[in-house]
Amino acid sequence: MSHTFTLDGKVVPFVDGQTIIQAASAAGIFIPHLCYHPEFKPHGSCKLCTVKVNGRHTASCTMRAAPGMVVESETEEINAERRALTQMLFVEGNHFCPSCEKSGNCQLQATAYHLGMMSAHYDHFFPNRAVDASHPDFLLDFNRCILCSLCVRASRDVDGKNVFALSGRGIKTHLIVNAKSGQLADTDFTLDDKAAQVCPVGVILKKRQGFAVPIGERKYDKAPISETAETTEGR
Amino acid sequence: MTAKKKLKVATTSLAGCFGCHMSFLDIDERLFTLLEHIEFDRSPLTDIKTCSPDCDIGIIEGGLCNAENVHVLREFRKNCKILIAMGACAINGGLPAQRNHLPLTTILEEVYHTSPGLKNGMIPNDPELPLPLNQVHPIHEVVKIDYFMPGCPPSADAIWKVLTDLLAGKEPELGHGLMHYD
Repeated sequence: MSHTFTLDGKVVPFVDGQTIIQAASAAGIFIPHLCYHPEFKPHGSCKLCTVKVNGRHTASCTMRAAPGMVVESETEEINAERRALTQMLFVEGNHFCPSCEKSGNCQLQATAYHLGMMSAHYDHFFPNRAVDASHPDFLLDFNRCILCSLCVRASRDVDGKNVFALSGRGIKTHLIVNAKSGQLADTDFTLDDKAAQVCPVGVILKKRQGFAVPIGERKYDKAPISETAETTEGR
Repeated sequence: MTAKKKLKVATTSLAGCFGCHMSFLDIDERLFTLLEHIEFDRSPLTDIKTCSPDCDIGIIEGGLCNAENVHVLREFRKNCKILIAMGACAINGGLPAQRNHLPLTTILEEVYHTSPGLKNGMIPNDPELPLPLNQVHPIHEVVKIDYFMPGCPPSADAIWKVLTDLLAGKEPELGHGLMHYD
């Protein structure tokens, strides 16, 4: 027997073991998220998918659905919190969309559009982060990293390589490359790695193909992220 | 019957490229409709140099890269009831802010001294030149901004939407397709 819970008043069915976001996406309901990816174990770090379950905040990517739960997601209160989190991600890095190859195909940007983020609100950090262009086929632009850890999980769990890791703690957390030199060229990272495909922002970029799709025809030019979310892909 | 008083609109470009103003002009013949409702005060379009004290809307392109930018921004805030940040540079510093991770002295040295062909170069020091700030700042870090129009530049349709929403007394809203950071 399948069970149900309610999400913003709609009845959502689920099977045992499904998280709230899995059940919601199976039912065609979008919950904003950045570090969640349907093919990977949840990381629960970006907190964009936060919902209220029976009045308490929780990450919907890690919380398993239970019968009779009352879940709120698209409320002004929760979306304001999601917007503030997104604004913090924007000021912590250097997210200069006009010069980014990922613009128009970027989950962070599309999520910010979805949440109606008109400005970053907070003071920008303008951090100084070096770019790693050592690899023959890939470029790493750490300025745009949002620490979702999808590349870490993909490289470790799918590719069996451990090319990436998150290092440091708190506000000093940063993405590193597991090589003595710290350079991508000194790893076994290759074109067909899953880790090369999962970056939701413009950190891991394939060389020699930038700006291949013209403005107006990019993924999120055509439809907002709520209609094209990763959660419904591959199903 | 008396005609409805026209709203006074002032515009300026600080550390911007005038691309947003060009995009503003791209509203094309809608400018005539707009001019039935507004009159331009201080603006590159009128060449008026200072704001009237009773401007209704101030539109700012560009961020803050030097002391004069800050002075102009404060003049706009003082004289305009509503201040709008127009475009990426006003909102997050944009292209000029790509210098922010470099020390200002290093930049001036490279631009005026150490680049090839600048053997006897000197860093300009005329009192008429505004002093550069150590970093380029978005304008909301210095004064209160009421509305933001993102984009590099915001499209003519986005600018039109924000202005017509405001003229209609509504909160401006940019939906999918008009909201762009690039």
